[in-house]
Amino acid sequence: MKNFSGNVLFLDRSDINTDEIIPAKYLTEISKQALKPYLLEDINLSGFNPKHDVKEKHVIITRANFGCGSSREHAPWALEANDIHLVIAENFARIFRQNMFNCGMMAVELPGQTIDDIFEEFADKKTHLETDFENNAFIITADGLHQKVSFSISDFDRTLVMTGGWVEDADTKY
Amino acid sequence: MGKTIAEKIFDAHRVDHPEKDIHVIRLDAVFCHEITTPVAVNDLVSRGKDRVFDPNKIKVVIDHVSPAKDSKTAMQGKILRDWARRHKIQDFFDIGRNGICHALFPEKGFVRPGYTVIMGDSHTCTHGAFGAFAAGVGTTDLEVGILKGVCAFRSPSTIKINIAGRLPEGVFAKDVILFIIHHLGVNGATNKILEFTGPVVDAMSMESRMTLCNMAVEAGATSGICNPDMTTVEYLWEFIQNDHADKESALATFKRFHSDPDAPYHQVIEHDVSLIEPMVTFGYKPDQVKPVKEMASTKVDQIYIGSCTNGRIEDLRVAAQVLKGKKISDSVRGIVSPATPKAFRLAMEEGILKTFMDSGFCVTNPTCGACLGMSNGVLAEGEVCASTTNRNFNGRMGKGGMVHLVSPATAAATAIAGFITNSGLYKGSP
Repeated sequence: MKNFSGNVLFLDRSDINTDEIIPAKYLTEISKQALKPYLLEDINLSGFNPKHDVKEKHVIITRANFGCGSSREHAPWALEANDIHLVIAENFARIFRQNMFNCGMMAVELPGQTIDDIFEEFADKKTHLETDFENNAFIITADGLHQKVSFSISDFDRTLVMTGGWVEDADTKY
Repeated sequence: MGKTIAEKIFDAHRVDHPEKDIHVIRLDAVFCHEITTPVAVNDLVSRGKDRVFDPNKIKVVIDHVSPAKDSKTAMQGKILRDWARRHKIQDFFDIGRNGICHALFPEKGFVRPGYTVIMGDSHTCTHGAFGAFAAGVGTTDLEVGILKGVCAFRSPSTIKINIAGRLPEGVFAKDVILFIIHHLGVNGATNKILEFTGPVVDAMSMESRMTLCNMAVEAGATSGICNPDMTTVEYLWEFIQNDHADKESALATFKRFHSDPDAPYHQVIEHDVSLIEPMVTFGYKPDQVKPVKEMASTKVDQIYIGSCTNGRIEDLRVAAQVLKGKKISDSVRGIVSPATPKAFRLAMEEGILKTFMDSGFCVTNPTCGACLGMSNGVLAEGEVCASTTNRNFNGRMGKGGMVHLVSPATAAATAIAGFITNSGLYKGSP
């Protein structure tokens, strides 16, 4: 199973699309690792510098409809190449969400109010998130602040995370 | 309780129901192109699973960057070509026979009412115009589709969009779908299917229905879908005539896949489009839409007519009618990319290409190219393009470029004026 804990990158905008996560001109790369330097290169978000702000972050917390647009699985791969295996948002575009779990990564939805609260409390602080996968909980900490947030994922998605993806599972079952 | 067309298609294809909201369905067709498939192929090879579930149900095209623009895109083409040959995939469309997947495959009769289709491309929802369930997927889902002929989806919850009234002259399917996306928002149909019904859809050609379904994903929808009717049968007749005694019996067969009058919908939305105007996007999201007249006088540098949204023969005819006998402004460059060889050939035979060239347009071969900023018309920083494509995302057609999505009629009128303008010049309906 992949690592789902680490320092948090906050992206305070809804509707961040996969062209922003990884521009189409890099889709000619055949290896996933080659995508590493280009993550979030074209994001339209003031004050954010993809060259510096992605470093040593392993979890993304963002708003609604993350990963909309193109179906490119290069978006999860660009995250994976940067050791980011967990994105938390109010909701995800369908294809992006499925791609994450299909790669054994997690795209976890939390209620809008919870996301608002997390942004309010933590977005301006150096924040760490610990995932307790067995107990379906995130433990978020910063500057003495400590918050436990429950989450739920379906058994189908849980299996994908534990087995590392959909290909082997599907080949055995169907 | 009745069922929606999507539910009926799921019922006819379900192979597993691992939990309440997950359905594993059998696929009638898996479409592949050179951007998302080579990685799937390489992964299958590295796993020792270099197999295909059925070479006759896999359709392959090189379309996104054609001809190859550099060694990397050439290698993507080579991986796809070698793979298609290795597995004896007959329906492989290389340069010379290639066109944009979502325009080419319908022309070849590969999509039928009631089919299930996936492709590693978000605009796969286009094929729902034929009464099929067609959805874009990522590379892993594509890989499993290639290997096993199945894909997992959530329950097909549907939003019905009933389009009533009568389209005014100069207003097209593109304007209607921009109007609809504006109302839904880019997250308004996430995980839902958009079923388009009503007299305006009934009166639309298959090309217009494809434009409508093509942009369903821009509202977040899993797929767009139209109920099959005689227009569908007529379009497909050359491919299905040996399977049916006559067109009426073909239609009767396809009506198996029709939503019941008492089918349950997540939501029903009514739009009367009798008074809507030509639409244009502003900003970086496809739901940022306003009437063209409110954007009038916005100067543009490039006009692009093409793509899986609006590169079909119907679109070229409309644009050519506007351009006939006129020159495009000195301040703009015009690029038209017919979506398929058939559209190109028809445009040639009908004198449409001559009209484009006489007006000052550059005519390119069929490819996705500029729509996603890959080739054949990438924008420079600070440039503005009026485009018949589907996404105005930041950087979509080139870093720092601005894209305004419009219909082919508005694109043509804008080319002549040099700034965004209402077509006005278009007479009749497509």
